[in-house]
Amino acid sequence: MKALMIGNAALARGLYEAGCSVISSYPGTPSTEITEEFAKFNDTYCEWAPNEKVAMETAFGASLRGKRSACCMKHVGLNVAADPLFTMSYTGVNAGMVICVADDAGMHSSQNEQDSRHYAIAAKVPMLEPSNSQEALDFAKIAYEISETFDTPVFIKMCTRVAHSQSITETGERTEVTKEYVKNPQKYIMAPANAIKRHPFVEERTAKLTEYAETSPLNRVENGTGEYDFGIITSSTSYQYVKEVFGDKVAVLKIGMVNPLPVNLIKDFAAKVGKVYVIEELDPIIETFCKNIGVNVIGKEKFSVIGEFSQKTIAKAFGLEDKENVSLDTAIPVRPPMMCSGCPHRGIYYVLAKNKITVLGDIGCYTLGSMPPLNALDMTLCMGASVSGLHGYNKAGGEETENKTVCVIGDSTFMHSGITGLVNIAYNRSNSTVIILDNSITGMTGHQQNPTTGYNIKGDPAGKVDLESLCHSVGINSVRVVDPYNLEECERVVKEELAKNEPSVIISRRPCVLLKYVKPKKPLYVNPDKCRGCKRCMKFGCPSISFRDKHAVIDNTLCIGCGVCASLCPFDAFESEEK
Amino acid sequence: MATKNIMIVGVGGQGSLLASKLLGRLLVDEDFDVKVSEVHGMSQRGGSVVTYVKFGDKVYSPIIEEGEADFIVSFEKIEAARYIKDLKKGGTVIVNTQQIDPMPVIIGNAEYPENILDEMKAKGVHVDDIDALALASQAGSAKACNIVLMGRLAKYFDIPREKWEAAIEKCVKPAFVEINKKAFELGYNN
Repeated sequence: MKALMIGNAALARGLYEAGCSVISSYPGTPSTEITEEFAKFNDTYCEWAPNEKVAMETAFGASLRGKRSACCMKHVGLNVAADPLFTMSYTGVNAGMVICVADDAGMHSSQNEQDSRHYAIAAKVPMLEPSNSQEALDFAKIAYEISETFDTPVFIKMCTRVAHSQSITETGERTEVTKEYVKNPQKYIMAPANAIKRHPFVEERTAKLTEYAETSPLNRVENGTGEYDFGIITSSTSYQYVKEVFGDKVAVLKIGMVNPLPVNLIKDFAAKVGKVYVIEELDPIIETFCKNIGVNVIGKEKFSVIGEFSQKTIAKAFGLEDKENVSLDTAIPVRPPMMCSGCPHRGIYYVLAKNKITVLGDIGCYTLGSMPPLNALDMTLCMGASVSGLHGYNKAGGEETENKTVCVIGDSTFMHSGITGLVNIAYNRSNSTVIILDNSITGMTGHQQNPTTGYNIKGDPAGKVDLESLCHSVGINSVRVVDPYNLEECERVVKEELAKNEPSVIISRRPCVLLKYVKPKKPLYVNPDKCRGCKRCMKFGCPSISFRDKHAVIDNTLCIGCGVCASLCPFDAFESEEK
Repeated sequence: MATKNIMIVGVGGQGSLLASKLLGRLLVDEDFDVKVSEVHGMSQRGGSVVTYVKFGDKVYSPIIEEGEADFIVSFEKIEAARYIKDLKKGGTVIVNTQQIDPMPVIIGNAEYPENILDEMKAKGVHVDDIDALALASQAGSAKACNIVLMGRLAKYFDIPREKWEAAIEKCVKPAFVEINKKAFELGYNN
């Protein structure tokens, strides 16, 4: 059957058709939909794990037991899962195992632009790079074959443009695969005596995979019509841009397996075309390899290591003409993303900003609290760093910082890697105040369940972590819960907890307004007779409120009637019915 | 057929997803090669969002670059202006006349450029403006703006109206088919 599918859905379909039976993942743009789409199949198991390390180890366990498995994550998630990765390279697999990792060149929704291909090289694990949805599906099947033939986990590396672009994809049928589990300590117990013997195996495997790469259908030469006196080596979405610019007029070596790379195929291609350009986003992985095997190529001297490419990047590099277009004289104001109307995070941020509190932040929708007018955040690094960072900040700052610094972390991020930081605060005793922004969902990635929500990936009831008990049991005595719509309560509790001479946790609890079960109330209206144009409500940064003709006005298509603005107005101008 | 490029632009949360789904469905049914590309994640939270729809005999790049768009369908006035650099010479901008203030305007750090559509027209751009919000409300739901705009876009294509309506039936929940068909008709005829 043919369908228009995003790369992530096609990859999910490919994993399914290849007989994948267990997927464990942590959400992260642009990888999330692989797991969400896989969850729609009924005869397989699929879950959101608390973090990527747990996800990868779960997939490993499933492979060990004899079922084809996978785990999916974004590029920075692979940092979290790096520990099992490097040793799984030594153990290899029983049933096939695939690691799907999605890079975000251009940083559409990420905190850095790291290139996951380095991990494949460092861990000596093969990596496939599809360039469209059909390849994502097909490569998944090939990945399992490679995994079982060569006894290794296999990466499938996506990028934003492959993950989130829909293209026409032919789907097929599922094949079931099961392997026997046979106890094999020499292979699966990576204590030194065994691991020492596995390392040579890894090196031999890489040599065999390099041989495989020479003739694998994953890598192919397109001779082209020869109108240009050079050839191009490329992979992933860059291949599509090359084809958009040159069509069939140039010879192309399209790389589908980026680790290990084929030595002879590259040498032969270069010998045939003469001059060779390597076009790859981010770091010079293919380029460096070519140069190491003595093939002279032109790469990053012409194409940046920064940001994502497009057909224009390539046309420009080759001096092809710009396309005619129109430009306007008027400056267009930027429209950055922001917290939604009625977002529960806004209330707590308002209180923190008002009291000029230093706020160490974390990864999620609430990172948007850093934007004007609240400008509430001082730091955002990676998942969980707010909690551990606060501990270090207060150990360094002592009494000078303890009563005016907090950290904020979402419920899902806290589950992911905030708990260990809180253990450290309790154990090594810093007088720190941790605010958990519990909106009962993983928000930014589009509403995934997590261990605090009480539901699993399919929406069925599941185990539920009780945040209050958890905080108590790691050694935090002072745990308070506030409603972020109640500004007076938030301000009072934040001040009280900061003043205490002990570690504390404040749980700011209210579900995300985009959740289906949260029913919006009637929008508020501004009574123009009462509004004196003091603009106090504008400091709240609600997208529903704007200022026209000396008065605040509410956009009734956006307002969800949370009513927090009304508590800010000294003139009671916000009313529930239009006058 | 040479590749045709359509950009759908607007503010995160306005419903461009359904518009691109509808176009994708329609164009696949018409046997074109199709690519539809959008960015998920952070920008969807009230930020400026863009979706690329490309179709023809063979489509390679999923994205549309400067000077390549045959059509820009904009859910909001200044979003049309933001992406005007991507319009091909002689291309058409279909724009919902709704104004949604971005945060710099809300907090008084920037002015909303009120006459931006006039400036576009003065530069020779074919601007087809439409009060899609009013027409959507008339159809029964302010949320149907996206389909009003698709109705307007349909006027520029040789694809019969029934095919568009069939695509609507495949893309929206049964309970909303009638409202959306009405919205499509109002976009097409006004």
